[in-house]
Amino acid sequence: MKTRREFIKISAVGAGAAAIGLSTINIAGLKLANAANDQTAVSDEEMTSFPTYCEVCFWKCAGWTYVDKHKNIRKIIGNKEDPHCNGRLCPRGTGGVGMYTDEDRLKTPLIRETVNGEQVFRKASWKEALNLVASKMKDVADKYGPESFALFNHGAPGEHFKHLLHAYGSENEGEPAWAQCRGPREVGFSATFGSWIGSPEPTDIRDTNCLVLIGSHIGENMHNGQVQEVADIIGRNATIITVDPRLSTVASKSKYWLPIKPATDLALLLSWIHVLIFEGLYNKDYVEQYTMGFEQLKEHVKDMTPEWAYGITTIEPSIIRKTAREMANAAPAVIVHPGRHVVWYGDDSQRERAIAILNALLGSWGKRGGFYFKEAISVPKYPHPQYPHAEWSWKDNLDGKYPLSSMAITTELLAASIPEFGYKHPIKAWMVAGTNLPLTIPNKELFKTAAEAVEFIVVVDTMPMDITGYADVVLPECTYLERYDTIRAAPHREPNIALRMPAVEPKYETKPSWWIAKQLGERLGLGDFFDYDDFSEVLDWQLKKMGTSLDEMKKIGIKMFDRKSGPLYLADGEEYHFNTNSGKIELYSTEFAELGFDPMPKFTKHPEPEDGFYRLIYGRAPMHTFSRTSNNHNLFDLMNENSVWINPKVAELWDLKTGQKIWLQNQDGIVSTFPIKVRVTERIRWDSVYMVHGFGHDNKKLTRTFGRGASDTQLITNVMVDPMMGGTGMRGNFVTFITENPGKEAEA
Amino acid sequence: MRYAMAIDTKKCVGCSDCVVACQTENNVPHGYCRDWIVENVSGAYPIVEIELRSERCNHCENAPCVRCCPTGASHTVEGGIVMVTHDECIGCGACIQSCPYDARYSHPDGYVDKCTFCQHRLEKGQNTACVDVCPTKCLHFGDIEDPYSDVSLALKNRSWKVLAPEAGTKPQLYFLT
Repeated sequence: MKTRREFIKISAVGAGAAAIGLSTINIAGLKLANAANDQTAVSDEEMTSFPTYCEVCFWKCAGWTYVDKHKNIRKIIGNKEDPHCNGRLCPRGTGGVGMYTDEDRLKTPLIRETVNGEQVFRKASWKEALNLVASKMKDVADKYGPESFALFNHGAPGEHFKHLLHAYGSENEGEPAWAQCRGPREVGFSATFGSWIGSPEPTDIRDTNCLVLIGSHIGENMHNGQVQEVADIIGRNATIITVDPRLSTVASKSKYWLPIKPATDLALLLSWIHVLIFEGLYNKDYVEQYTMGFEQLKEHVKDMTPEWAYGITTIEPSIIRKTAREMANAAPAVIVHPGRHVVWYGDDSQRERAIAILNALLGSWGKRGGFYFKEAISVPKYPHPQYPHAEWSWKDNLDGKYPLSSMAITTELLAASIPEFGYKHPIKAWMVAGTNLPLTIPNKELFKTAAEAVEFIVVVDTMPMDITGYADVVLPECTYLERYDTIRAAPHREPNIALRMPAVEPKYETKPSWWIAKQLGERLGLGDFFDYDDFSEVLDWQLKKMGTSLDEMKKIGIKMFDRKSGPLYLADGEEYHFNTNSGKIELYSTEFAELGFDPMPKFTKHPEPEDGFYRLIYGRAPMHTFSRTSNNHNLFDLMNENSVWINPKVAELWDLKTGQKIWLQNQDGIVSTFPIKVRVTERIRWDSVYMVHGFGHDNKKLTRTFGRGASDTQLITNVMVDPMMGGTGMRGNFVTFITENPGKEAEA
Repeated sequence: MRYAMAIDTKKCVGCSDCVVACQTENNVPHGYCRDWIVENVSGAYPIVEIELRSERCNHCENAPCVRCCPTGASHTVEGGIVMVTHDECIGCGACIQSCPYDARYSHPDGYVDKCTFCQHRLEKGQNTACVDVCPTKCLHFGDIEDPYSDVSLALKNRSWKVLAPEAGTKPQLYFLT
């Protein structure tokens, strides 16, 4: 059946101009490679370097882009002054040059049209594409109000389009960073300490004596500065305790690996709290001075003994006690790490609360080797008229649900796009910038139904990601190496800023997001909001207000500022007001109680796999970010597909061998579109399988990565929603193995 | 003077940054590499160990690749670095066969290529690209005959091993265990 918006595999059909023969690409590629290989290495002095900060992941490390005399980008090297990276980029940052050189990049604007009953993309001029997008935005505003236009975004491009969206009159902007990632920890820590964790995490790993990781696989997640500090403490033999059903890389370097039964972490955390309290190991002075609710907590956990937890978690009571004592011995230089992607089972805010409470009992918040008080510098706002008042926002659609969602819930924006769901305020059109929704949002049916329902979708991206197949208009953005963006001013031990500037002219007909947003704004009569010719004027104005200038920043890339908020740590006995209802660290959450949620976390048993099914767990590989890097040639060379990790006992039962291609089928009968290779390994429990997220792309225009490996997101159809903040718990999915081709492979 | 590298397998997380940094620094064509990561898993669940090693040419003191090269393209320069002169290499591949570490590859332009310890950087007083980029600082480089070089200090008071010692090549990569 033809749908209004068929998924277009951009190169697959018609529009001859857009479909470049594969052989042509290969030949051109080879010639280029040969020409470049006339010289194997160029010395740094023969090149020019331009400051940037990385866009391959959210850590945003600052670096230098080196360009040779032929205007080729040769390499990207970390900025030594940058606390995010200390001069050492991670493989993705080093390989970021592959984002620029990728011959699969989006090259021109594309417009969907129907030719002989077939939906195709045709090349368009910027003028035509921008006029079309602006006229659709006008139509939507006239017919339904601007509020019904939603933005899904991630990373730097989002900043420019958020400004456009607000000027246009909508506040409906969402990013997967909240409900598909770190929302629960911000809720849990905010309820306890009155402060978000934020990014980068203010974990003082550098000086810690004990680091506790709950499923966090630092080293496979390449959050650079954090990985560097973990390597430092490995070097000085600090205690690391890793809780993970899989022997992650960091688990293999830990003093204790606790191969917990998945979905039971909260029981372990509560039993640790029990041991700290009932063995008198908690930090008594700290608890007395800074916390409230201790007696209620003590009563709450009195039966949550290690023996109780043993039956749930499979972790032996003696190990639970031993590890609790290790933490207490190290306190306050101890970190029970909040993690980052923490939407697992739908009670995630409560699990994060338990982690926060543990830290409070250990007295690690605001202490050296625990959590430092972060500080960021605020970037002055470039003047623009006041944003118009939006009549409604995503929050008004929730009807009191998810009261602790402080950022829009992407899945709710999608649901509001489906008329059958009867949301009070429907969403009618989308802009999607820098986020590949089909491989990001669980429950692909929800996404597809929503994409089918809305009247218009414009996608801004650098690559023909899967999301572009759903677009009416595709706008090709240039990569971060070819553009200015907003100033990076993330919090850290010392406030700092970093500049991103173009190292080369944009390739093909691509344009920076600031330019796209401004062009659309002018066409919508919002020119006053974009009162500059070039974004560098905005940056120079802001930088001068901050005591520097664009010229200076071009030379240094990063600038540090003095702290103004006081010291990094609490002095012993120092008075301190926490930003909670009570002004204290809340072991008993008054905020949760007022909203009718458990004021102290309780363990809930979660569904378990039936016979023949295994819990699907997923994670990162150090050389890839989400699904956005799998086609990057440099990083593809390092890892070109994912595999499914299976315990040898399970493999024997199913007669599976390493390297064998199988298909995965989940509890709802969904079969992976593509096969995935088996990796038989002792590094995982027998009740779970593991795969790296971000593979299994079904857009053929991604010529390298198309069809390689399987998509975990596709198999995540059971979503356990966090009632507090709308997080989409994704670890309640179970898969079984299909060894014969089920014939569902994407059509050629 | 003898250049050597110590690789701390306890710190290495196998991220492969050394591989991609080498590729961009030395313009190694896609699909090839001069350094790589080896992961060895031993034991049975739940007592399992992982060893991660960043490997490359061992710049052997007794290098079979140099001995077997029919044209003299493979040779040893100051500091014990084994180099290949591309113009003199006929691509016969004898060196590839002779290397116990599988450190060499045939470049698509017809010559054999491998790690140079970034000689062009050493000449300018810089470290190798892989050492400078490694986020875990698990790579240590320098003159092993200087007791205070980074590599000598890294080896001090640590147990280490070399790969394939039985081949008698006197390799100059030391893996801290």
